[in-house]
Amino acid sequence: MDADCAQFRLSLNGTAVRIHGLPPQTTLLDFVRSQGLTGAKEGCAEGECGACAVLLISQSPGENRAVCRAVNSCLVPLPAVAGREVFTVEGLSENGTLAEVQNAMAAAGGSQCGYCTPGFVVSMFAEQHRCDPDHRDLHALGGNLCRCTGYRPIRDAFLSLGHTPEGRIQQRLLEPASPPQRLRYRANNAGFSTPLSLDEALRLAAETPDSRFVAGNTDLGVVTNLRDTRFPDLISLQAVPELKHFTETPDAVEIGAALTLTEIGERWQTAPPVFREWLPLFASLLIRNSATLGGNLATASPIGDSAPLLLALDAAVRIASLQGDRLIPLTEFFCGYRKTALNPGEILSSVRIPKPFPHTARFFKVAKRSLDDISTVAVCIAISGRGARIALGGVAATPLRVLEAEDFLSNGDIEGAQQALEHTLHPLSDHRGSAAYRLAMAKSLLAKFRAEHEGQI
Amino acid sequence: MVHESATAHVTGEALYTDDLLARFPGLLHAWPVLSPHAHALLLHLNCAPALEEPGVVATLAAEDVPGEGNSGANRHDEPLFPDEVTFHSQPVAWVLADSLEAAKLGAARVEAGYKPLPHILSIADAIGAQSFHSGPHRIQRGNSTEAIDAAPHALSGELHIGGQEHFYLETQCAISRLDDSGGILVDSSTQHPSETQEVVARVLGIPRHLVTVQCLRMGGAFGGKEVQANPWAAIAALGTWKTQRPVRVRLPRWLDMALTGKRHPFFAKFRAGFEDDGRLRGIELQLYSDGGWSLDLSDPVLWRALFHCDNAYLIPALDATGWVCQTNKTSQTAFRGFGGPQGMIVIEDILDRIARRLGLAPHLVRERNFYREGDVTHYGQTVKDASRIARIWDELKISSDFDQRREAIAQYNRTHRHTKRGLAITPVKFGISFTATFFNQAGALVLVYRDGSVQVNHGGTEMGQGLHTKIRRIAAEALGVDPEAVRIMTTSTDKVPNTSATAASAGTDLNGAAVFDACRQIKERLRGVEQDLAAEGQLNLTFAQLTEAAYRRRVSLFAHGFYRTPDIHFDPKTATGKPFHYFAYGAAVAEVEIDGFTGQNRTLRVDILQDVGDSLAPVVDRGQVEGGFIQGLGWLTLEELIWDENGRLATGGASTYKLPSWPEMPPVFNVAFLSRAAEPDVIHGSKAIGEPPLMLAFAVREAIRDAIAAFGADSPSGGVVTLDSPATPERIFWALQRAAN
Repeated sequence: MDADCAQFRLSLNGTAVRIHGLPPQTTLLDFVRSQGLTGAKEGCAEGECGACAVLLISQSPGENRAVCRAVNSCLVPLPAVAGREVFTVEGLSENGTLAEVQNAMAAAGGSQCGYCTPGFVVSMFAEQHRCDPDHRDLHALGGNLCRCTGYRPIRDAFLSLGHTPEGRIQQRLLEPASPPQRLRYRANNAGFSTPLSLDEALRLAAETPDSRFVAGNTDLGVVTNLRDTRFPDLISLQAVPELKHFTETPDAVEIGAALTLTEIGERWQTAPPVFREWLPLFASLLIRNSATLGGNLATASPIGDSAPLLLALDAAVRIASLQGDRLIPLTEFFCGYRKTALNPGEILSSVRIPKPFPHTARFFKVAKRSLDDISTVAVCIAISGRGARIALGGVAATPLRVLEAEDFLSNGDIEGAQQALEHTLHPLSDHRGSAAYRLAMAKSLLAKFRAEHEGQI
Repeated sequence: MVHESATAHVTGEALYTDDLLARFPGLLHAWPVLSPHAHALLLHLNCAPALEEPGVVATLAAEDVPGEGNSGANRHDEPLFPDEVTFHSQPVAWVLADSLEAAKLGAARVEAGYKPLPHILSIADAIGAQSFHSGPHRIQRGNSTEAIDAAPHALSGELHIGGQEHFYLETQCAISRLDDSGGILVDSSTQHPSETQEVVARVLGIPRHLVTVQCLRMGGAFGGKEVQANPWAAIAALGTWKTQRPVRVRLPRWLDMALTGKRHPFFAKFRAGFEDDGRLRGIELQLYSDGGWSLDLSDPVLWRALFHCDNAYLIPALDATGWVCQTNKTSQTAFRGFGGPQGMIVIEDILDRIARRLGLAPHLVRERNFYREGDVTHYGQTVKDASRIARIWDELKISSDFDQRREAIAQYNRTHRHTKRGLAITPVKFGISFTATFFNQAGALVLVYRDGSVQVNHGGTEMGQGLHTKIRRIAAEALGVDPEAVRIMTTSTDKVPNTSATAASAGTDLNGAAVFDACRQIKERLRGVEQDLAAEGQLNLTFAQLTEAAYRRRVSLFAHGFYRTPDIHFDPKTATGKPFHYFAYGAAVAEVEIDGFTGQNRTLRVDILQDVGDSLAPVVDRGQVEGGFIQGLGWLTLEELIWDENGRLATGGASTYKLPSWPEMPPVFNVAFLSRAAEPDVIHGSKAIGEPPLMLAFAVREAIRDAIAAFGADSPSGGVVTLDSPATPERIFWALQRAAN
């Protein structure tokens, strides 16, 4: 294995840059700003506002070409983009000619104070380069906050965009992305490693006490930025091929834990409708471009939105270690508040969802804001030939299924199921909602499920 | 005409204060030592250990202040280095270091000992403890008690009104450095450079001519940088004074939210008497605002609430009294609307209650109470152009198909058990001027160069509202040049002194008029030169030829301009006068849909008709209307400030405090400006637009109440809808339970 090094390179707006001696927790945002590229701004430092958005050139799943993805650079540790190509807002215009998205934003009155504007421009540029106008996602800009405009002129600018224009980034996307690079970076008494195989990742963890695995860094990055937590050794799982598989058999789909939510959406063409309805509720595109399913499960947040969905789909998780791997039901994965069945050095490698998928399934999320918010309560209800499953988040220390309520629901007894929830769940009150509201929602969403089922809505 | 910085915005070239950071070698980063208590005595403070941290250069504490260590704008009640901390996370000392990381590590090593004291965290507790910054403030007209008692109907009630975080995308930031001749130069993201200059001079104990404060642009402000930019500039300047090095103070979001003031939460108690047809006879109103730990601008905010508790309605007898509560929270401050929204929401709440009580349509009760031409407000000002209220109302009802949609919604609600829709129309009347009359002045300095290019300096600051865009048009038209020939300069106290804050929606009215005054003088001089040249046979000269000729004839090509708003006055002792130059009017129609299972809701359509006078920049003005409306929608439905039992802001970040985002934008969003509305006595005949649209969002809140009422239509109790603000899904859900039972 390579020895530790104190330097690496990346490509910034098409120019090679050497990084030397910077602490591993340096964010991509702070770095580009230190290079005089101050278009990207820090608005929140926790991936909520998108003012720091930049483009990453990434490999298109299953294709021999690249895609550009907008990500929150405040949540990208600089070593995570070693060997990769980054474009900032300054890199979108060429030879003094503005990109179409830039002209559209200016002409539509899409900027007022201008502080969020570079982030919107970057998100919009990525979506224009993703597909033709008929297939664009109007919510692609949902991870960018603007406090001035009320969004209407930005929407108009977005809707005015034509087909992907020619340009150096468009040309660049015709070729594959740069392959991942192995990294053992060390500076300021902290390390950041990028292993290129599962075995290497497991060995690295075994050799490095106090190491933490990291994938999209959308959770650890928040802790780093807001609480100044410093991780002495991070092992990135982003480039471990065994964790990026997506396999589908007649019996199941198996989703690599280090696939981003965006990649899963692109790969899983046969996904049940409940997955498509869940995906935009999970997080903004800016987050989905970095966040992984494995990360969301392994943080074991009681309000992580993937758990209710996957519990209702009867998922299991595969856990890898140097001794081999084991498959356990997701119900046994969550052991307590932010505690999982993962032993030190183990890696959550994939999520297995059995087939056939439930014939009816709905995911409900109650939050203050309709999108890009953390759940007050999330409920996923699935009905299959084997009965009903009800999985909830936000109502206990862990995401959970309520088997007693499932029995009632399997027999079509909603009131019985509601009563079972009532005496099983003991939610807490916090700034997202009172305990009484949470319990009321858990019950009410069952009623909503029935009403929908009966065609009342 | 698009925003004058639009190209710089979209390319990322537009600079904000913190973008200048890399330009200053040797710059030090400042980081505060934060109190872990909301109220405590600071028993001891030892900064020395911080100096042992590698990279730490200096610490700042009370003994480092050469002048007065207090940044309070009016009452001097904001110690920079307190002996007694009065809100959670209040800084007690600062550490300066070569890197931000070192400054944070240094701050963690400062030793501070506290004796916790009891704290007050709610308006109710403040009232219980009689903990007030000021009050009672009172405006009275007639005998409201008699009027209410004699009325055929009366009701009383209460309303809790939440505050609002500004969440300007650019957080507070200042960078200071020594200038070239013994003074200090501060780049500050401030709406009020002159006051920031005053506070820096005060803290350093030096005359103001040694302090220059400049602001290139802000990444949003909304009132949050009217006075609250001052302490950070003062700390940066103090650091520079001590170390002789550039110092940067930048609050990251979580710290900005923990330390800086917000829109005031209010609590209102009221009693109203009214006729069978819904017309008001009299109102008694008590308003309590949560001022937080220091006075700040809380008095004028409360006064504006008292001025605006009528909104667009004639209240024949009124007794409105207000108090500013002192609590152990952030010091609440200016925020778009400046108390106006908190006053106006109460009358809108009351009118809907009256309508439901009487079984009348709320829009009928509203229009029956409108001010008419010749009516006078409760503070004695004639309501100029009062007929515009009804004109806007009628035109908007037609353009929005209000009556037909009301029918359609009633039909929808009859056929849908689990979702209901609501529709509402609400008016806005908003007084324009600083209520402290002396603030209504502005200056400008216009420099024309021999090549015909122009620099315009004025006292206003650009925070995204498009002030510079409008000023550039005013100057270009006044001088007769292309807008491209006019460069708007960084706002700086060494160009125009003694300026007022860019606030009260009056930035263009005041500074635009001052710029026009300066341009007019130059234009007059040039006209003289032109006439002389014409007499000599030289005709059709370009502006540049004219300016070169003027220079050679020794005619001055620069001028200062000045403006003061005419004919405004107010006597706080009698609470009467003419505090406002004019009123801005508008109205909005909103349609919402509520999910009865959860209380979640969507705004389906919004129609707005706004009186902007003769618009100087329609793209800018439409942007202000839409942006203000959505910000108001956020305040009323989404944004929730929650302090925990220790006084810590529990919704203190973007993940817990939710702004309106992309999906909150109504799918149908029609905005129009009132025609034939030029405003005499205002620059270009335009009208202020910064604040008034925020209050158009009452239409959303009232539409939500309309939809809630529809859920209760079949229940015997169907009627008054009580709903505190903000109308979050949870509050709506509980209101639905009340309506159904």
